[in-house]
Amino acid sequence: MNRNLMEPRTWSRHTWGTGLVSLVLIMSILAPPYSGISTAAAEEGEAAAAAPQVPAYFSSTNDPQKPSWPDATGAAAGVWAAPAGDGKADVPASLTIPDLYDRVAHNLFSINMVWVLVTGFMVMFMQAGFMFVETGLCRAKNASHTAAMNFLVYPLGCLAFWAYGFAIGWGNWWNGPVPPGWYASLGPGLSLLNSGIGLGAAVDAAGNATGAYAYGLLGTKGWFLNSSVNDVSIMALFFFMMVFMDTTATIPTGSMAERWAWKNFIIYGLWVAFPYCLYANWVWGGGWLAQAGINWGLGHGAVDFAGSGVVHAMGGAIALAGAIVVGPRIGKFSNDGKPQAIPGHNIPMVVLGTFILAFGWFGFNPGSTLAGTDLRISFVVVNTMLASITATLGAMLTLELKGFKHDPSMLCNGMLAGLVAITAPCAFVNPIGAAIIGLIAGVLVVLSIFFVERLGIDDVVGAVSVHGVNGLWGVISLGIFATGEYGAGWNGVLRDEYVKQYGSDGVRGLLYGDASQFFAQCLDAAVVATLGFVLAYIWFKLSNLITPIRVPAEIEVEGLDIPEVGAPGYPDFALHSVGRSISG
Amino acid sequence: MKKVEAIIKPFKLDEVKDALSRAGIEGLTVTEVKGFGRQKGHTELYRGAEYVVDFLPKVKLEIAVDDGKVGEVVDAIARTARTGRIGDGKIFVLPIEETVRIRTGESGVEAI
Repeated sequence: MNRNLMEPRTWSRHTWGTGLVSLVLIMSILAPPYSGISTAAAEEGEAAAAAPQVPAYFSSTNDPQKPSWPDATGAAAGVWAAPAGDGKADVPASLTIPDLYDRVAHNLFSINMVWVLVTGFMVMFMQAGFMFVETGLCRAKNASHTAAMNFLVYPLGCLAFWAYGFAIGWGNWWNGPVPPGWYASLGPGLSLLNSGIGLGAAVDAAGNATGAYAYGLLGTKGWFLNSSVNDVSIMALFFFMMVFMDTTATIPTGSMAERWAWKNFIIYGLWVAFPYCLYANWVWGGGWLAQAGINWGLGHGAVDFAGSGVVHAMGGAIALAGAIVVGPRIGKFSNDGKPQAIPGHNIPMVVLGTFILAFGWFGFNPGSTLAGTDLRISFVVVNTMLASITATLGAMLTLELKGFKHDPSMLCNGMLAGLVAITAPCAFVNPIGAAIIGLIAGVLVVLSIFFVERLGIDDVVGAVSVHGVNGLWGVISLGIFATGEYGAGWNGVLRDEYVKQYGSDGVRGLLYGDASQFFAQCLDAAVVATLGFVLAYIWFKLSNLITPIRVPAEIEVEGLDIPEVGAPGYPDFALHSVGRSISG
Repeated sequence: MKKVEAIIKPFKLDEVKDALSRAGIEGLTVTEVKGFGRQKGHTELYRGAEYVVDFLPKVKLEIAVDDGKVGEVVDAIARTARTGRIGDGKIFVLPIEETVRIRTGESGVEAI
């Protein structure tokens, strides 16, 4: 039965049951006197079998005034469960059931937190990958400026995310819909993310607002990570979500390279957290797109495991709006509209960047379980890898069939397209599905690059095609290929008919019996494409009134390195190609 | 005094230099240049957009030669730089009005 949205979130009996079973296993190994716990006849086992004494933090939210979870700020150096000096430490026979429970729980949260942090480090490093890909694809005279944009987007984006982005995205995360028996993998401290704005406020029996909404719109807690969210779990979530936002922020620098004025880019860097975090709230932060399953019967609501929509389609939509507003580079289209080649200055750099991104994606996708203890991560990794390689080969095949040479920059775009496309469905599909999704992505990206260029849009690196088009494909492909094996109760949707037919209600696509999920994904895709493009178009037009979005023509022809950022990329070399054509 | 200017294919440079050495030439200047002749270019595709590869990399040699040796030098270059395929290059002979060795101040034929 569907979980009633109006009830405040509580730990269900499933958690206690699971905990008890694991305790039984541990105690039967550690302490023989307890081995008979599951049968009520044992003398010392009687009390334990009657009522498991689980720690208080498993049954309540975490009030910062009276914290119930042992070490909310890490102040005790994480030492909980039988700290040294209390006479109990490391003597199994003297540990009580709650002590053991505590210890297991601590290890669980520790594994999950380390996992999220380390995968987050890998995602942060993807910034270097983006920088290499974009700089390699632009001309040498713009290398320093392009690299500088990709560099500075990290501090600017992080500042904005810290100031307001995290709050609007995740401020009401705790009140989003979840499966029965779910626990916060990073720790109960996440319960502090409990205030936001939405439509249809939920009230408890006494008539007080619980903080939950029928249609969540945005969060309102955690501005500048203030003291109201001072918890180790929240710090980990903040970090992980920030590096994802940074990925979106850096995508438009690719489509708008070689003519985007530096000052306008800076204010963009401070703005981009807004559309990203707003939409992220709707899909990941417990907002109305995630609730579309509970509210409208659309599958499990919008499902997006690691962000084909939230990160990539949003980035691609902003990139498209930006490329349209800033206009094509001088010399990109001849007078009769024919596209001219402007070759990148360093193809090895592009390939290196692609490898760095492909490596970082092994953090991006599996890290999104937010739990190293969720062993589905191995499926996620394999699906990610397979999609990336079939996409590369798909791109190569497309070039071959069109009679083109296997341009390495296009092969790289192919691999990235596959990675983008698998990002949403990676946990929910099987390896064959992943391979098919990747193959289609590789074909799509090549066709899209040609198509976008024919529309008269100058996308220097193919960002719109790699991230926009394939981000949308990723979101939709989930609605087709999700197998139902994983994600039982996702977004709080647990339908009896599916449990009866399949044994569980996992995230399931069209080909596996749930057409409503496909429609949820289509809704999700339509929203991100529209929201991202419209918000970005308005922003870029407005920002142009504050400071011009495009550099003057003389600067564009000379190269942006010295005029815009004051540092030439390659001062020792003469950089200007003679004439319109290039040497072979 | 004459200046011999030769535009040749880059990979032929070492062979031509050795031939000139055997011909008794002790100094030359080399520049990397781009160019084309009647060869014309060909069309390539970069990410879906056509571009014409007109200019091909070449190497330009400049050698100051005494009048009597011009024939030998031109012959040495032409012989070793030839591949028989299109784009082999050209040799020009120009008159030199004056030559000065900077280190010693010598001028005229002794400065070559």
